[in-house]
Amino acid sequence: MAVTASPERDIVATPMQRATREALYAGAIALGLFVLFIGLKTNQNISNELILEQRWGLLAIVVVLTMAGRFLYVAYGQPFLANQKIADVATGLLPESVATRFFRLPYFLAAIVTVAVLVFLAGPLDGLLGPGLAGYARFLRALAIIYALASVLFYFRTFIHAHFSALGITALALYPVIVVLVLALYGGSVAAGFQGSLKWVDNFGIQILIYVMLAWGLNIVVGLAGLLDLGYVAFYAVGAYAYALLGTHYGLSFWILLPAAGAMAAFWGVLLGFPVLRLRGDYLAIVTLAFGEIIRLVLINWREVTNGSAGISGIPKVTFFGLISFNVSDPNYIAKVFDIATSSAYYKIFLYYLILGLCLLTAFVTIRLRRMPVGRAWEALREDEIACRSLGINTTTTKLTAFATGAMFGGFAGSFFAARQGFVSPESFIFLESAIILAIVVLGGMGSLVGIAVAAMVMIGGTEVLRELDFLKQVFGPDFTPELYRMLLFGMAMVIVMLWKPRGFVGSREPTAFLKESRAVSGAFTKEGHG
Amino acid sequence: MQYFVQQLINGLTLGSIYGLIAIGYTMVYGIIGMINFAHGDIFMIGAFAALIVFLILGALFYSLPVVIALLVMMIVAMLLTSMYNWTIEKVAYRPLRGSFRLAPLITAIGMSIALSNFVQVTQGPRNKPVPPMVSKVYNIAGISVSLKQIIIVLVTIVLLALFWYLVNKTSLGRAQRACEQDRKMAALLGIDVDRTISITFIMGAALAAVAGTLFLMYYGVVVFSDGFTPGVKAFTAAVLGGIGSLPGAVLGGLMIGFIESMWSAYFSIDYKDVAAFSILAIVLIFLPSGILGRPEVEKV
Repeated sequence: MAVTASPERDIVATPMQRATREALYAGAIALGLFVLFIGLKTNQNISNELILEQRWGLLAIVVVLTMAGRFLYVAYGQPFLANQKIADVATGLLPESVATRFFRLPYFLAAIVTVAVLVFLAGPLDGLLGPGLAGYARFLRALAIIYALASVLFYFRTFIHAHFSALGITALALYPVIVVLVLALYGGSVAAGFQGSLKWVDNFGIQILIYVMLAWGLNIVVGLAGLLDLGYVAFYAVGAYAYALLGTHYGLSFWILLPAAGAMAAFWGVLLGFPVLRLRGDYLAIVTLAFGEIIRLVLINWREVTNGSAGISGIPKVTFFGLISFNVSDPNYIAKVFDIATSSAYYKIFLYYLILGLCLLTAFVTIRLRRMPVGRAWEALREDEIACRSLGINTTTTKLTAFATGAMFGGFAGSFFAARQGFVSPESFIFLESAIILAIVVLGGMGSLVGIAVAAMVMIGGTEVLRELDFLKQVFGPDFTPELYRMLLFGMAMVIVMLWKPRGFVGSREPTAFLKESRAVSGAFTKEGHG
Repeated sequence: MQYFVQQLINGLTLGSIYGLIAIGYTMVYGIIGMINFAHGDIFMIGAFAALIVFLILGALFYSLPVVIALLVMMIVAMLLTSMYNWTIEKVAYRPLRGSFRLAPLITAIGMSIALSNFVQVTQGPRNKPVPPMVSKVYNIAGISVSLKQIIIVLVTIVLLALFWYLVNKTSLGRAQRACEQDRKMAALLGIDVDRTISITFIMGAALAAVAGTLFLMYYGVVVFSDGFTPGVKAFTAAVLGGIGSLPGAVLGGLMIGFIESMWSAYFSIDYKDVAAFSILAIVLIFLPSGILGRPEVEKV
């Protein structure tokens, strides 16, 4: 048998020696990187002069943790992954993967028992453990719930995979109902259910869905037409300010201004499209970025109209087509119409369904457009512009329609955002937002609607979860604010996910045109975002 | 006329800083064809390193000649910032080399977010003011030129000369230019491509660190979010000059500096960035690959 050189076998062969060496390197580099930034802190004293505060202990902890992490990864992580690869190759079609070993019936039962014990004995346990340990107990409970849910998902994975869209839409449609029901049961009354659902529906539901919609809109420009747009947030801003200004000054309804905002954003999309028609790749990227910045700077400086950085407040709420209002003082306020208790949760739940509807509209339009001539022209343009031209496709209109359509959905999302917040300011439309939206599109696997939705859920939901980790205060002391680390972790997560899955969560494509049967194509065969 | 010359000098100072940062963008783009979005934050790291070294020097020595202090700040900042860029390249960009084009762009944006927030978490979110290091101002025929501005322009000229020598006359520069033209062929001819790319990142970071030190000296204040605006403007400068071209980066930097100072002097200071970005768009309409950039020839 021929001896083949394989990197996997090398990694398995001598891990300890390598691990020690690598850990020492990593420690030296970490020491060099962090000696000034973690070892010392610049603080202002009373007379506003900068002084240095020394934190050598923290530096030592960070360096040792880096070394330990690197050691464990090289000594155990890498060989494990390599063995897995070898085993997968050896066992052929049905490898005993990590997942089947991780999700097992006994573990699942143990998780269920843990959850049950912790939920039913919550009261006495809190008294017994004191506030410090109770925090850990709550964390353990959350972990067990997540594990149990993941096991269920894993068990039904083939079923879920087969009916993913239908199941996903049903779950999204039922989400507020389930949240209210669970919290009502937990809290003992319907009012408590509505009150408690505010956070879940608003922070998790609406927040994630706004990003899903934005990412799906940007997906038309980047994923389908292959035009790299770094200034997408500009259209979001146009939509938001269109609703904010026209709504507050002329008192027009959301339902009139929603299409108007979309049209205005589309108009700006075409306006941006004209100068960049000839540009490719990175030139296109920088001009779109510049465009986004120009819009933001104009919003800040055109004080007579936009009220500058102070922003516009008092933006009217959305009504249910004028029939039912969500203002307590109105005669047709929802609680008066249905004769129920007053609660601010109704409006949030209504907004949730509104953004869900807008998202589904975006998805529907995207799916239909891909089968229409213009959508096919976009995808052809992404693959090869020269071939496109020689086949008689008008690249000018193709690019402009892509910009306009993408911008229109950005405008819709923007006017929804303004209605939801009741306040807009240029602060919300910084480059970081564009970067986050683009990251979601790429992490999801460009062009794949499901992948993008999953990426939005992971990235936005993940950062929202960090706000909830109060138990960490027990570990690191009361001064510790997990929120501070939100964006740091977000940036690192972007890097790690990209390294782990460079093609995004869903790397394969469903072709829209095929000869005999539709077969998913690996994303590696498609070109994206090259200009 | 005096006012005009005054603005010209201000623009030259600003342009020098932008030019130094822009070189880092353009070099990395030339050699591996990626936009290093984290470069603006590398510049900010350089400014912060200079700030911390300044405070250490202030605490250790009662009085130190300004020249020596500036030199020490610059050298430490260069070393430290190079180390950051080297690590980032190794961790976040190298594994994705040869992957599809947007993957390293996304890791670069992620790194940029992570770096600025790292500094925010470790050093605090507030403005960091330092006492003025150099305050002398010369008055020549009614035009005031501060010593700070002279230092910035001189340092920039010296560095650019050094850099020009490095790229054009040494074997390292030859290797870099070879990798730029054809990485595979360069590798076949015995050039260590990985090492050359690492050195490119180190050189870019060193220039950004100098720019950061000069920025700190000129404005006397730095915040964790300072990387973004100069970074974007330097990137604009690199594109304006023609990305991939080194003289183009310096030229673009100077142009952006001039546009900014002239616009704030004669029109409105609020819209100076809008002017810079608009001129970029206009220039690119007529010269789609920048002023000194080579037009991409597409082969079918």
